[in-house]
Amino acid sequence: MDRRQFFKATGALGFAIAISGDGLRLLSEAQAAAAREINAWVRIAPDGTVTILTAGAEMGQGSMTSLPLIVAEEMDADWSKVVLDWAPADPALYGYTLNNAKQMAIVGSRAVQTYYSDLRVAGAQVRKVLLANAAEKWNADAKSLKTEPGYVVDPANNRRMSYGEIAAFAKVPETLPTVDAKELKPRDQFRLIGKPIPRRDIPHKVNGTAMYGMDVQLPGMVYASTRHSPVHGGAPESWNDAKVKQMKGVLGTVRLPDGVAVIADSIPHALAARRALEVKWQKGAAAGFDSERALEDIYARVHADPAAKTQVLESKGELQSAFSGAAKTYKAEFRSDYGYHAQMEPLNAVARFNPAGDRVEVWEGTQDPGSSREAVAKALGFKPEQVTMHQCYMGGGFGRRTLGDYSSEAALIAKQVKKPVKLVWPREEDLAYGMFRPQSFQCLEAALDKDGKVSGWAHCVVGDGGVLLHTGIKIPYYGVPNQHIEMRGTPHGVRVKHWRAVGHVFNVFAIESFVDQMATDAGIDPIKFRIENMNATPKTRALLEKVAQMSDWSTPRPQGRALGLSLSDRSGSQGAGVAEVSVDRASGKIRVHKVWLAVDGGTIVQPDMARANIESGILYGLSSVLHERVTLKGGEVQQSNFHDYHVLRMSDVPEVMDVTLMERDTRPTGLGEIGNPWVAAAIANGVYRLTGKRLTHMPFTPERVKQTITA
Amino acid sequence: MVAFNLNGKPVSAKAEDSTPLLWVIRDELQLTGTKFGCGAALCGACTVHVNGKAVRSCTTTVGSVKGANVVTIEGLAPDGTHALQKAWIAEQVPQCGYCQSGQIMKAAELLASNKNPSRDEIVSHMDGNICRCGTYHRIIAAIQRAAKEA
Repeated sequence: MDRRQFFKATGALGFAIAISGDGLRLLSEAQAAAAREINAWVRIAPDGTVTILTAGAEMGQGSMTSLPLIVAEEMDADWSKVVLDWAPADPALYGYTLNNAKQMAIVGSRAVQTYYSDLRVAGAQVRKVLLANAAEKWNADAKSLKTEPGYVVDPANNRRMSYGEIAAFAKVPETLPTVDAKELKPRDQFRLIGKPIPRRDIPHKVNGTAMYGMDVQLPGMVYASTRHSPVHGGAPESWNDAKVKQMKGVLGTVRLPDGVAVIADSIPHALAARRALEVKWQKGAAAGFDSERALEDIYARVHADPAAKTQVLESKGELQSAFSGAAKTYKAEFRSDYGYHAQMEPLNAVARFNPAGDRVEVWEGTQDPGSSREAVAKALGFKPEQVTMHQCYMGGGFGRRTLGDYSSEAALIAKQVKKPVKLVWPREEDLAYGMFRPQSFQCLEAALDKDGKVSGWAHCVVGDGGVLLHTGIKIPYYGVPNQHIEMRGTPHGVRVKHWRAVGHVFNVFAIESFVDQMATDAGIDPIKFRIENMNATPKTRALLEKVAQMSDWSTPRPQGRALGLSLSDRSGSQGAGVAEVSVDRASGKIRVHKVWLAVDGGTIVQPDMARANIESGILYGLSSVLHERVTLKGGEVQQSNFHDYHVLRMSDVPEVMDVTLMERDTRPTGLGEIGNPWVAAAIANGVYRLTGKRLTHMPFTPERVKQTITA
Repeated sequence: MVAFNLNGKPVSAKAEDSTPLLWVIRDELQLTGTKFGCGAALCGACTVHVNGKAVRSCTTTVGSVKGANVVTIEGLAPDGTHALQKAWIAEQVPQCGYCQSGQIMKAAELLASNKNPSRDEIVSHMDGNICRCGTYHRIIAAIQRAAKEA
């Protein structure tokens, strides 16, 4: 149904949006129709139902609910009459603006912070149009009218009109009213923002009705599964095609650029055929790669090599003189292994072509519908307009689901078999052909002046991952005058990807462990050291003081337990966290008993959702710190499922998890990844207090811990 | 052809006996609330009840449930108002939600035999069910709430 038909059919009042330099603006229907086929953020039906489209791709973080809630707040909608719908995959209309480009990628904790201002303006414009229409009807001055949730109210004449009633006769002006920042609601008048509003997805997630990509069923659909080159970057040469095609239910095979797909009449038949595939592979880019050897040996040599290719990330002051005039210097090395997303829903997508074969529909849970649409179009040699994306809930994302790679694969298969196809990668494939948080080697050096203040700071990270390797390596929350921060790359051909806060995980581990080492060596309290010797910013200082209070930092813990402290700084937000830990010396098993985290995330749109998201980050961090490691030998991933890629289970969870959101009225900043970067160093710093030994290689598996503390 | 009861109604599956129950439930009988997570009984996303006992449907063959009573998340309560489902909403447990059908089915097994489980009993019963979003605290709170309110 196109836009005009929709309005004819429902008599709804529609608002469309068009692009302007500074974000989203509403357009009148006439303008929109004249411009192009276009959808709308807000539709109001005569019965008062308000449909708000959401661009908050939902992978568990809650932005599906929080983005339309921002619109509803400013338009003064009655939230109980608001229904949500997915925004189409059209970044030009539904994207936020970042670096002068429109995009819909829900990554980097961006949803609320990038859409907040635009959606407030969009909501306020809807409200203005409703007010103007009511004023005209009543022959009143719009300025004398007010709104209450779902109603325009005329206090002078004690009358009111519902938004639905207005929608039945409303005219949307050619040019919509502008909204000045001063006209937006002051914070103390918020009815929805900052209040505890239940998530809209949750009722569907407790009764089995929530629709994930995995759950899409189409008439005549067949099922596919894929085996990709076990050595990343390889391509299939030949395989036991005849044998596989004889298997029960198998309908065919399809050659892909990087793998072989089998198509069958059911998922178990497709999975059995996939298991039976014997493929001869052309040599892949990662051939022969040994991840442990690279991490233990090669990276340190790259770091020591003056001729190694280097990218300088930060350079300020006079580092040489800081070191030559130093009263004391420090140097330390850290390592971390590859990490896998392990989202609960194995990657999957559904694709269906029209009979003419010139249009395709794709059902996918995607963090970035715009990029997925582009990727599918590119794979098929289509224009994006020939691809319709249907957003689904994601059974976890964590940075993996932004590329449209598996939906492109589904589309390529569907094109060949000429039937609707559901593609499912089993867990083993999801892991073997994973895209990982890169492994890293780090070397940090610091110079302390005669007053014990850190005056020089050098940090080098070595690995293969480009930007993934260096997020979180800078230290703007500390005032160190002389700095040199760099990255050295060494290519492996292993697939790498964003992963909840990605580089922060290992960079902050190194930074905050190193700072703790200097503090304890100087015999100075780690909080005091960060404030005075590292010259922490006022924002950071406030968080440190808050978490000290929350954790009762100065009070000794029971025998066998100790506190460790660390920081997070991600997507505009900051956090300071404390963990209370113990170690079983016989097994090397670390237990985290309690955690406290103070977060400055600016204005909080949904406090309970925010807290849940941060709790999730903490446990995602804890999981990666205690358990998670991917290793490669001969270029092949060594782990295959949850029996050898361990993730956190309920018995690992701290008894106390206290998250405090600082009261702020600054703009909202990202919260999805503020929970995990601090965890590694806090645990390592706590373990140091207990054992006098520093854990320098993540994850802190029992074997590693035991080896370190008995060394 | 295997006949069994699914959520109180007799059904028969066309798939061969060795087919995992999971795929029969999801694709043949079209109840997709039961999820595929690992295919190897390692994560618990596919948990259903067979004669009242929580089992991993990804490694349970349909042949093995001949004549049995199988209950999925869709059949836990006819209108989705089992004490656990209400508690899951009250505690705002799910995030991505993909593991939650399995979590609720596993928790329902516990409450059926233990009306007032301790925290330790909850943890030891639930430890095989992975939640990658880390909603474990809220799962514990929701089970305690359901025990109290049931």
